[in-house]
Amino acid sequence: MARFSPDNEALARRIVDRYPVAKSATIPLCHLAQEQDGYLAPDAMEHVAELVGCTPAEVLGTASFYEMFKLHPVGRYCLNICTNISCRLLGASELLARAEERLGVRAGGTTADGTITLEDVECIAACTEAPALQVNYRYVERVDAAALDALIDDLRSGTGRAEEFPPHGTLGLVRQELGPDDLANVTPPGEQVEPVWFARNAAPTDEGAS
Amino acid sequence: MSERPRPIEVTDPVTITVDGRPIEVQRGELLIDACERNDAYIPRFCYHPRMEPVGMCRMCLVEVDTGRGPALQPSCMIPTAPDMVVETASERVTKAQDGVLEFLLANHPLDCPVCDKGGECPLQDQTMAYGPGESRWVEEKRHYEKPIEISPLVLLDRERCILCDRCTRFASEVTDDPLIHFINRGSNTEVNTFPGDPFSSYFSGNTVQICPVGALTATPYRFRARPWDLERTESTCTTCSVGCRVTLESSRDRMLRINGVDSDPVNWSWLCDAGRFSFEATNSEDRLTEPLRRNPDGSFSGIRWSEALTVVADALRGSDPQRVAVLGGSRLTDESAYAWAALAKGVVGTDHVDAQLGDGLPAAVFDLPGATIDDVCRPGGTVLYLGPDPKEELPVLFLRLKHAAQRDGVRILEVTPTATSLTPYAVAGVRPRPGELAAVASVLAGGDVPAEGVAGVPAAELEGVLDALGAADGPVSVVIGRPNLAESAQVVLDAAASLSALPGVRFLPVVRRGNARGAVTAGLAPGRLPGGARLGSDDHWSSTWSTVPTAAGHDALGILAAAAAGEISTLVLLGADPLSDVGDRALVDRALERVDTIVALDAFPTASVRRADLVLPVAVAGEVDGTTTNLEGRVSRVRAKVTPPGTARADWVVAVELARRLGAEWTARTVEALRDELVAGAPQLAGTSWAQVDAADDGVVVDLTGRGFDPGPTAPVPQIDSYSLRLVLSRELYDGGELLARSESLAGLSRTPTVGISVGDAERLGVSDGTALIVRGERGSLTLPARVSSGIPRGTAHLVHRLEGSDPISLLSADEVACDVRVELA
Repeated sequence: MARFSPDNEALARRIVDRYPVAKSATIPLCHLAQEQDGYLAPDAMEHVAELVGCTPAEVLGTASFYEMFKLHPVGRYCLNICTNISCRLLGASELLARAEERLGVRAGGTTADGTITLEDVECIAACTEAPALQVNYRYVERVDAAALDALIDDLRSGTGRAEEFPPHGTLGLVRQELGPDDLANVTPPGEQVEPVWFARNAAPTDEGAS
Repeated sequence: MSERPRPIEVTDPVTITVDGRPIEVQRGELLIDACERNDAYIPRFCYHPRMEPVGMCRMCLVEVDTGRGPALQPSCMIPTAPDMVVETASERVTKAQDGVLEFLLANHPLDCPVCDKGGECPLQDQTMAYGPGESRWVEEKRHYEKPIEISPLVLLDRERCILCDRCTRFASEVTDDPLIHFINRGSNTEVNTFPGDPFSSYFSGNTVQICPVGALTATPYRFRARPWDLERTESTCTTCSVGCRVTLESSRDRMLRINGVDSDPVNWSWLCDAGRFSFEATNSEDRLTEPLRRNPDGSFSGIRWSEALTVVADALRGSDPQRVAVLGGSRLTDESAYAWAALAKGVVGTDHVDAQLGDGLPAAVFDLPGATIDDVCRPGGTVLYLGPDPKEELPVLFLRLKHAAQRDGVRILEVTPTATSLTPYAVAGVRPRPGELAAVASVLAGGDVPAEGVAGVPAAELEGVLDALGAADGPVSVVIGRPNLAESAQVVLDAAASLSALPGVRFLPVVRRGNARGAVTAGLAPGRLPGGARLGSDDHWSSTWSTVPTAAGHDALGILAAAAAGEISTLVLLGADPLSDVGDRALVDRALERVDTIVALDAFPTASVRRADLVLPVAVAGEVDGTTTNLEGRVSRVRAKVTPPGTARADWVVAVELARRLGAEWTARTVEALRDELVAGAPQLAGTSWAQVDAADDGVVVDLTGRGFDPGPTAPVPQIDSYSLRLVLSRELYDGGELLARSESLAGLSRTPTVGISVGDAERLGVSDGTALIVRGERGSLTLPARVSSGIPRGTAHLVHRLEGSDPISLLSADEVACDVRVELA
């Protein structure tokens, strides 16, 4: 399974329709593909290229720029341990070493059962709650060795806290439905004279002044 | 760098100060160009004058002061403005250049001694000229798998890449083939393709030429020579009729490389890969190297030139002039074509002469008022496109038209039998049924739109094109050519006749073979004299030549029909291969059977050469001096760079030698003399004497004023047979032609033949892509896989000429205006 399922393809086409330039939907469709498969497969990038009318090389060029698009299969849970300054000062290096030992993989690797991918990441903007980590981009804060062990056990067994974390790639548990009128931008690019938000957010005109 | 700034006309001058010197520049032009034009060259890697600037490499930083104090700014991104003060070599600039080069070299390997670019490398040269001189880098450099094949023609050594965005910009901006892209981020960024999707652009070789380092190399040149061993000469490419300016580069008398030269009116430095790499055929083992005579048992044996020429002279002398015919010549230089025209018409006295093989355009199209490529691409103009798929036949013309449509507001209206590569850039288009183009043309020229439509085109679609034509600001340019080899050339003439009624209209006739226009202009066309005048309308040649034909002779198809009827005893083939190219295989076969003496001048043993009685080896492009005329009528120099193999010689030498043996008093013995003799007798060619053409880098355009266009008798409208599909036979760039088949790197690139049908017909037949179909014509049948395409109108079958494994011309018949075929499940 790598190309979009029929349901997802229909959704992808609706997403493309929201943009005046189809290519603008590249990143949303990459997210959709990653949600479907847990990672962005080559076939999926080809399918995205077909849907937005560009070449697969352009989709790969865009997707490979972003850390959060995984171009190779990852575990059900992506465990990102921050090792930037605040977290490191509060023991992140030890946490990472402990996680590597407990999981039996180095940072960047995936456990043999395909459950957990361990990553050593830069600042995740949770310095006040250091040391922090993320499971599938959901925060776990003020982690200590015992909490890490418990978290890993839960993720491995799929119980306890594991239920808080949807599989890797899931964008949101609540789906927002956009109405047909709520398009990204309805003015064709050739006709735009200024960004649309200028008009939308126009300051109230001072009627009385001349 | 070899690129030159684009020539511009200064219409709005402003004065800026560069290095303390006031200079006058065009307001808004890029600072980097303005400085270069005024002898203040600024080093650069990413900037290319034919592409949008990106400010990527930072090498062109200069100090610019616009009143707020000097600041370092990338000169490729700064438009000139009044009173700018620019320092290009101050201490701060030098320091910035040092720094930029140090960063670029941090990750760049120092493998110059084994790098193909070494010796002509902008990174190497500019490091020497502007760099810090010494490296502080002691760490290990990056290593990548090398080289990787990003296409069959282009190899990539990623560790050498400096990420200037030239190749990727070229691919997306110039050709719209964005098959290479920056992948990954930061210091891991690399240029690459999508896995399994190679950079198979027709223009991929240009990326090698514009790469400022040795990251991209072309397989035909990689490790073949060092730049300082190459000898170069500027010439014109004659692979197709666009006439791109090139440099021919050779080492030890072997052609090794061709690069594009920036000719503003023509190719803007770009070349297609067929033009760039088909020189490999020059070095082919298959070249004919000595004259050959057919033995009674059918084998060939080598003979001496003097003996061969005597045999040919005897054959010419012994025949009634009306029984002599000359076919081909559109690959020759102007001078060779003229020499052969003068020999055939002025010495032998036959007018059965045709440079084209029924697949080009009759000489009459050159009587229409002409347009140059620049005229057609003039900003804001309107173009009616009635030609073949330009990307397949005239690739660089495609780049020019695409650029015009995308960036210069030129509106292209397409009137072609199937969709072409131009379709995405056209504002409107209709698909007339083959054979009925003239009806559509007469509507476009001002006729009424019948409610039921014309030639299979619905009235609404025609209205769309008419509206666009009506909105045209100024005169319309018409590009006419042969989009369909299965349709008679007369159909195109009839359409041109209708369209010539449009006010101020000008025509760009597009023919594919390199010098077809030059050959016709030099007199290799029935009913024409050198210079293009009609027989009998001119007395220069009748007073110069010992004999002049009195009545117009046959064209190619007529010559073959006459030969098949036993009316031709000596047939000369000038690089022509009628068996492979004429749209009537049976007719050619009968003709070659019945002619007493077939003399073939060719470089390769083609199918027709194998049927000849006498074979004379000739020199090809890169081995002969002379001039060539491109599709616009632009005469430019072709130059010899290497010597022909064996005893092969230029075609004009053979003609002059034969004339001498036939007792003609004809004294021209050099190409210069031949050119000047031709120009002296042809007012239309005024200004194109040898000296004038030799001095003009961009060539000289002949007089394009129209003169009495006569389309001749109108072609009958073919009947529609509702059980058949009408055939469209077109060409692709990589076909099985002689040059490509003998170019090692290009030979494997042609596509697998298919039969293209419309979505509607596919549904009716119940077939999808790949289903085997039988295409049955009156003359024969082919079995090919189906290709279902929305670009093909219903009722049409699309085949491609001369691909390995398919022989569509075997279906054609010379006397049909259009060809109908039955398509059935195999």
